[in-house]
Amino acid sequence: MWLTNSSIGRKVVMSVSGLFLVLFLTFHMCMNLALVFSPEAYNAICGFLGARWYTLALTAVLAAGFVVHIIFAFWLTLQNRKARGTDRYAVNVRPQGVEWSSQNMLVLGIIVILFLIIHMAQFWFKMQLNELANVCPDVNPHDGSYLVISEFKNWWMVALYLVWFVALWFHLTHGFWSALHTIGFNNNTWFNRWKVIGNVFATIICLGFAFVAVALYVQYGVLGWEVPQMAH
Amino acid sequence: MEKTIDLTLKVWRQRDRKAKGQFETYNVKGISTDSSFLEMLDVLNEQLINEGKEPVVFDHDCREGICGMCSLYINGHPHGPDSAITTCQLHMRKFKNGDTITIEPWRSAGFPVIRDLMVDRTAYDQIIAAGGYTSINVGGAQDANAVLIPKTDADEAMDAASCIGCGACVAACKNGSAMLFVSAKVSQLALLPQGRVEAARRARAMVAKMDELGFGNCTNTGACAAECPKSVSLSNIARLNREFIKAKLQD
Amino acid sequence: MSKLDSKIPAGPLAEKWTNYKATQKLVNPANKRRLDVIVVGTGLAGGAAAATLGELGFNVINFCIQDSPRRAHSIAAQGGINAAKNYQNDGDSVYRLFYDTIKGGDYRAREANVYRLAEVSNNIIDQCVAQGVPFAREYGGLLDNRSFGGAQVSRTFYAKGQTGQQLLLGAYSSLMRQVNKGKVDLRTRYEMLDVVIVDGRARGVIMRNLVTGGIERFAAHAVVIATGGYGNVFFLSTNAMASNGSAAVQCYRKGAYFANPAYAQIHPTCIPVHGEFQSKLTLMSESLRNDGRIWVPKKKEDAEAIRAGKLKPTQIKEEDRDYYLERRYPAFGNLVPRDVASRAAKERCDAGYGVGTGLAVYLDFSDAIKRLGRDAVEARYGNLFQMYEKIVDDNPYETPMMIYPASHYTMGGIWVDYELQTTIPGLFAIGEANFSDHGANRLGASALMQGLADGYFVLPYTIQNYLSDQIQVPRFSTDLPEFAEAEKAVKSRIDRLMAIKGKQSVDSLHKKLGRIMSDYVGMGRNKAGLEKALVEIDKIKKEFYSDLRIPGEAYALNVELEKALRLEDFIEIGKLMAIDALHREESCGGHFREEHQTEEGEAKRNDEQFMYVGCWEYKGEDQKPELHKEELNYEFIKVQQRNYKQ
Repeated sequence: MWLTNSSIGRKVVMSVSGLFLVLFLTFHMCMNLALVFSPEAYNAICGFLGARWYTLALTAVLAAGFVVHIIFAFWLTLQNRKARGTDRYAVNVRPQGVEWSSQNMLVLGIIVILFLIIHMAQFWFKMQLNELANVCPDVNPHDGSYLVISEFKNWWMVALYLVWFVALWFHLTHGFWSALHTIGFNNNTWFNRWKVIGNVFATIICLGFAFVAVALYVQYGVLGWEVPQMAH
Repeated sequence: MEKTIDLTLKVWRQRDRKAKGQFETYNVKGISTDSSFLEMLDVLNEQLINEGKEPVVFDHDCREGICGMCSLYINGHPHGPDSAITTCQLHMRKFKNGDTITIEPWRSAGFPVIRDLMVDRTAYDQIIAAGGYTSINVGGAQDANAVLIPKTDADEAMDAASCIGCGACVAACKNGSAMLFVSAKVSQLALLPQGRVEAARRARAMVAKMDELGFGNCTNTGACAAECPKSVSLSNIARLNREFIKAKLQD
Repeated sequence: MSKLDSKIPAGPLAEKWTNYKATQKLVNPANKRRLDVIVVGTGLAGGAAAATLGELGFNVINFCIQDSPRRAHSIAAQGGINAAKNYQNDGDSVYRLFYDTIKGGDYRAREANVYRLAEVSNNIIDQCVAQGVPFAREYGGLLDNRSFGGAQVSRTFYAKGQTGQQLLLGAYSSLMRQVNKGKVDLRTRYEMLDVVIVDGRARGVIMRNLVTGGIERFAAHAVVIATGGYGNVFFLSTNAMASNGSAAVQCYRKGAYFANPAYAQIHPTCIPVHGEFQSKLTLMSESLRNDGRIWVPKKKEDAEAIRAGKLKPTQIKEEDRDYYLERRYPAFGNLVPRDVASRAAKERCDAGYGVGTGLAVYLDFSDAIKRLGRDAVEARYGNLFQMYEKIVDDNPYETPMMIYPASHYTMGGIWVDYELQTTIPGLFAIGEANFSDHGANRLGASALMQGLADGYFVLPYTIQNYLSDQIQVPRFSTDLPEFAEAEKAVKSRIDRLMAIKGKQSVDSLHKKLGRIMSDYVGMGRNKAGLEKALVEIDKIKKEFYSDLRIPGEAYALNVELEKALRLEDFIEIGKLMAIDALHREESCGGHFREEHQTEEGEAKRNDEQFMYVGCWEYKGEDQKPELHKEELNYEFIKVQQRNYKQ
């Protein structure tokens, strides 16, 4: 199968799974925005998603996307390290015009995954999984807004997430145009255009996420709004 | 009028493919800033020979930037710190008196060291042998003007074809990927009607050979194009991807 | 004299090649599989020949001195390749290309060979386009042409300033296709050290593996030498560092005649020498003379001021500039042939009008920039200008370039007949390695043409005429005593050099040889100088054998040993050049004897006494070689004094 046994094939898998994850991020960011303006609306979306069959199917696909993206990332990197040979350069300079992120995608990716694990433990574990398997009996799996706001009231949690978004931003700025390049959707004319589009897009996504985190902190951590809670 | 400089050189010395290499430090004095980098190494070698030592082995031939024989990873850059030139065109006026220059061979699993700074780049020949040609025999060609080729296509093919096969792309790539080299040849021939006929076959065969020889996977860092002495464009890689994916989808 | 049978086919000039092909003997496909051919060299001639012989079905062993066939020095040719396509409708024809080449060669080339070259020139362009060579095109999609020295038509096809590269990569790709098919056994980083003769025929070679240092034997039914020219005898030349004349000298020592060694081309547009560490000279394409104008100051005091750095060339007024080529040769102007342009530059500099170090003239683009605009000039010559700027650190768009002649190409080489076979049966020589097509001077954009013509279209035919009676000859074993002897001789030669253990490096001795060669056997030669050169070369030879130092081991990778072996052969060639130049009491093409010039300083030929190819037979070390003459009979064109004035 060329998607696994050729270098370009493996890269296509990385690209397609990456673009799919970008789509997910876009959706996730839009959904989060609701929370700033109406916790009820947010909960309604959570309720609509919940642990229904179609959400579970989508979650499975999403998980597969993540897993494939991550496994291929490690696989490719191992191959690349091997291809580099045994001796390393004593002096190494990043050439002009080469983005730092492009040479550190794995590191950025690992940062993203580590946060992802925390993030899952904070929310997915207590929501979808809880709804399915009742792993946290004392948490209401349907009260997403309460869960989220409770976390983002803390400044350090917001700071932690902001670090994550920065890593994500770097990851996306290279990942986006690089994915299009890898599936062959590029040429001299579109080269800079895709880079600009990718940068704008990554910035919108990351700013969107950051806005929600900061806004929640300001609303509930600084201004001291009361955290709305659904009746259990 | 002539300006001269003194330098400290840290040169990688390695007996053969399997031997362990290490840096040796040498001092050269009175190097004319008008001389080329390789001429500076000639001076070093003359000095070593006079001291009864073995000279530093490095590849070089035409010394005018076209044969692709010279290599050298100088202060962290393939072909040195200047842009769009080969090592033989690098001139000493790019360095300052008292500088320390670190000179390493291309380091990549695909290019094993033969001796000191000389590496084995026959992998590139094998990739070309896999498909970097049009399958025509001498004698069968039609008149050269029988097929019209848009000037823009011919020019773009020429830009891709200007690759000199020096290996700087692999040397610069943190993944040891040969994609820029392969894509330059695939692009050149894919852009011309004469090469279009077997474009799919070529892309498949050359990529398969490249993978087989242990070159890394391209992650589009762009270091290859940034360091390419002939400024071969990264967009060739997109074209190779396109040609390859198209070919595979046809299978 | 019987050995010098040029085997020119009978019949009218235009039908000779056709007749030859119609009547020559061929080898059938089944028999081709049983025949082995060794091709030494992978440039335009060698690479093309190896690929084509492979396509035909022969088993080819192809040797390459570099790490890849793509690096052969053919790659450095910038300007273009000639062909008689007449795409520009400017009156070109096969005959005119033939005529220009004969005239450009100062009537010292063989008519039949040159006509054949002009004939196949068109096939070369077709072949290269089919290979995917990206020649320059016009907006309509047709091929573009430019003009070159020595011609009044635009017949030069080009691929930016990298025509040689593109043609070589074309030949290389065909070659690699045959390597992939298993028809060509390609051996890179190998250098030829001897040709093996069995029963009077060339049957193999002794090679040095440059990576292991091992001496290896290879056998075949025929051997083809395509190892280029010997221009590096001057040390400083436009040739690549590894370009050498050793294979030719080995053939010469084994009995092949060496023809016209004195005909060496000095290219007029090279970047001038800057210092003593200089290792090579960089050529700026002759195509620059299309739009650039060559001049020196009219007044000596201006030239002196420029040399002292007090004046800039842009400060010299138009009327104080001497466009000496346009002045002396109104009809061809800056596009006179190379030998004429080179001598004219030397003449001006010798007279004290040189700029830069005194050994340089200006090549000025300010008129072209005014006429065409900077963008158009950049589109035509951008990469050359960039190269110049990187080397000299001067912007040629603003200040004129400085150029000076430098050793570039050698018209002389191994003598071959019409079939490109040397005086040793089974030993062929093609490309720059042979002497054949350029007479006493080669026109620009003709080297690529000749290399590819020999490789693609001539040798693959003519070698069959030889091989056709070899089909019963079984494969040779390299255990034959002839191989053992040759290997022993090579090893003792290496051991001799390694045992000297003197003080001087190869390069320092080579520089000394180069200085003698350019001082006495260069652009201007005279009897006293040449006699002196012979004495001096012998002195260097003595120094070489008594004071040479080669560090390292004999049978391992050893670059100094490689260079020493080549220098040993360069000394032989240098002597041969001086001997030939001394005997040729006339001026023609690249050979200018100061005693033989017109009152205006033009070359004066002596057709009555010297209208022949001077072929030298080796008679043993330190013996004077014996001269044989191949008379040149011009049946089809009228021999004239070359005239580029009207």
